[in-house]
Amino acid sequence: MSEYKTLYDKIWENHLISEDDDGTSLLYVDRHLVHEVTSPQAFEGLRMSNRVVRSPEKTIAVPDHNVPTTVDREEGISNKESRIQVEALDKNAIDFGINYYPVNDIRQGIVHIIGPEQGWTLPGMTIVCGDSHTATHGAFGALAHGIGTSEVEHVLATQTLIQKKSKNMKVEVNGSLGLGVTAKDVTLSIIGETGTAGGTGHVIEYAGSVISNLSVEGRMTVCNMAIEGGARAGLIAPDQKTFDYLKGRPHAPKGTNWEMALNFWKMLYSDKGSKFDKLVVIDGSKIAPVVTWGTSPEDVLPINDIIPNPNDFDNQKKQAVERSLDYMGLFPGQKLEEVKIDTVFIGSCTNGRIEDLREVAKIMEGKKVKEGIRAMIVPGSGLVREQAEEEGIAQKLKEAGFEWRLAGCSMCLAMNPDQLNPKERCAATSNRNFEGRQGRGGRTHLMSPAMAAAAAITGHLTDVRNLI
Amino acid sequence: MDKFTTVSSVAAPLPLINIDTDMIIPKQFLKTIKRSGLGKNLFDEMRYNQSGDEIDDFVLNQEKYKNTNILVAGDNFGCGSSREHAPWALLDFGIKVIISTSFADIFFNNCFKNGILPIILPKKERDLLMDDAHKGSNSVLTINLENQEITRPDGSIIKFEVDKFKKKCLLDGLDDIELTMKKFEKIKSFENSYFQKFPWI
Repeated sequence: MSEYKTLYDKIWENHLISEDDDGTSLLYVDRHLVHEVTSPQAFEGLRMSNRVVRSPEKTIAVPDHNVPTTVDREEGISNKESRIQVEALDKNAIDFGINYYPVNDIRQGIVHIIGPEQGWTLPGMTIVCGDSHTATHGAFGALAHGIGTSEVEHVLATQTLIQKKSKNMKVEVNGSLGLGVTAKDVTLSIIGETGTAGGTGHVIEYAGSVISNLSVEGRMTVCNMAIEGGARAGLIAPDQKTFDYLKGRPHAPKGTNWEMALNFWKMLYSDKGSKFDKLVVIDGSKIAPVVTWGTSPEDVLPINDIIPNPNDFDNQKKQAVERSLDYMGLFPGQKLEEVKIDTVFIGSCTNGRIEDLREVAKIMEGKKVKEGIRAMIVPGSGLVREQAEEEGIAQKLKEAGFEWRLAGCSMCLAMNPDQLNPKERCAATSNRNFEGRQGRGGRTHLMSPAMAAAAAITGHLTDVRNLI
Repeated sequence: MDKFTTVSSVAAPLPLINIDTDMIIPKQFLKTIKRSGLGKNLFDEMRYNQSGDEIDDFVLNQEKYKNTNILVAGDNFGCGSSREHAPWALLDFGIKVIISTSFADIFFNNCFKNGILPIILPKKERDLLMDDAHKGSNSVLTINLENQEITRPDGSIIKFEVDKFKKKCLLDGLDDIELTMKKFEKIKSFENSYFQKFPWI
């Protein structure tokens, strides 16, 4: 390895327990986040082989995917299968003695929102979870990625993961962002540029002035969608903003430990002269507010553009585009701004944090959700919800016509009752526009919270810049 | 995990690119707390209409492909979520081998943990196998992992690469956790020095 190291190289080396000749490595895991959908089979596996959780104090569990977001959930979950899964997590958390935020705890929320919120996520760590959006935690300069259930069991039993090192990729976003352009537009535009397989086999480090000017929450939005670009993990070197965000969080280090940690965290950056296998440079000033038009997150276009023609794509993608347009009920040449929507979903691990809700409130100031539009806000955690209520945002949004829900993954993947009906078209702040993702036959357009608010006001996809 | 032996079967063609894990197994089937029984819901929303009847022209509903053990797929197969339900559903249906030009990382790893062999080939070779797959009934492919060879219906052979460690795990049906447990002393000594250096973790 070269004497100059990338941030990824440094974190990897710090956690390397052993490495075989062919590069197969055993990596130490600092934090293991667990939710109810991808863990029951793993805990069952432990029981069957009489194994225990090796480091329960480093394991944090929360139900989020299945939980209803209506206030009546306090009386219990009516869907039987969902209830069984959440009850299984309740039981596993108690039996194995792991950290747990049950469904009616104010600190409950989407696993990738509460990890940072509670200070479990720290720079330089390795963090895994049976969920692909674990990449979110990379915003703190942690190596964080999704794993499958067999790996969940492996981490529970051993606190390690068998891995091979990925390649280094750098995405530099330079310049500065224009009015109405947010972190979500940045991350979607990157995927539009690189494609959904552009990052496959790589860990992406996001850098450049646009990234360093983003808030920590904005950086989480960027890293969250690294997986949509094919990369397992996305990273951003920690800086003063990161440290300020973490200071005082319940599980962040305190006293002399804080000072020690801080000294170490300040060394977490890619050395000047370190080598990246792949480099993508994007001019931030050219990024417009964007939306997706198809059923892959790479189907991204600026809001003032038109629906593309399948004939403009190579043969394989052409077939996919034809299928997408048919599924989405759109035709080539149609103006994006003329696409009418039925529903607005604001939330998810991509955009369910307090700054996202503030952004929506700002756009909605003095305006209302258009009549006939179903509009829903699902805060990312109980604490985000509480804060929005304290700041008066919640009241304003309710008055503007939004449903104000309890925390969970909700309509991002529609495992709970929050689902789209066939052909229902949704402006969503979530991360995936796959066929059926938000409900069978549902049509998803991904966008920023500001753009979703604009669509809520007008009832069609809208350039938010015309409203500010 | 069962040992991986030579697989011989007609291959089903799925030329669509970016087939995601939500297509492979939609979220309503993730509510199970078991690993088994997901095969009937594999590709559910592509395979059945809303009343639950089979959609005739979907490849796995065609008689000649109903018992297939091999998929030949478009680029970037398995993108999306980390749900291991995707390989569980494939395996439960009977799929043991998937051939494409590229796979999403997490899905790729999940396959090996469940005794499924994902094979990455250059586009030209994948396309030849896609043509073979389209021919249906008499067009049998044979996958020999030991020799890293695919035998085509015309007898010609395509070689493929596979990670050495992953190959051994598949061939011997090895359990990763058991292997790592053997390194417990190493993990312990790592932890000792690690927590001295990073006491706040």
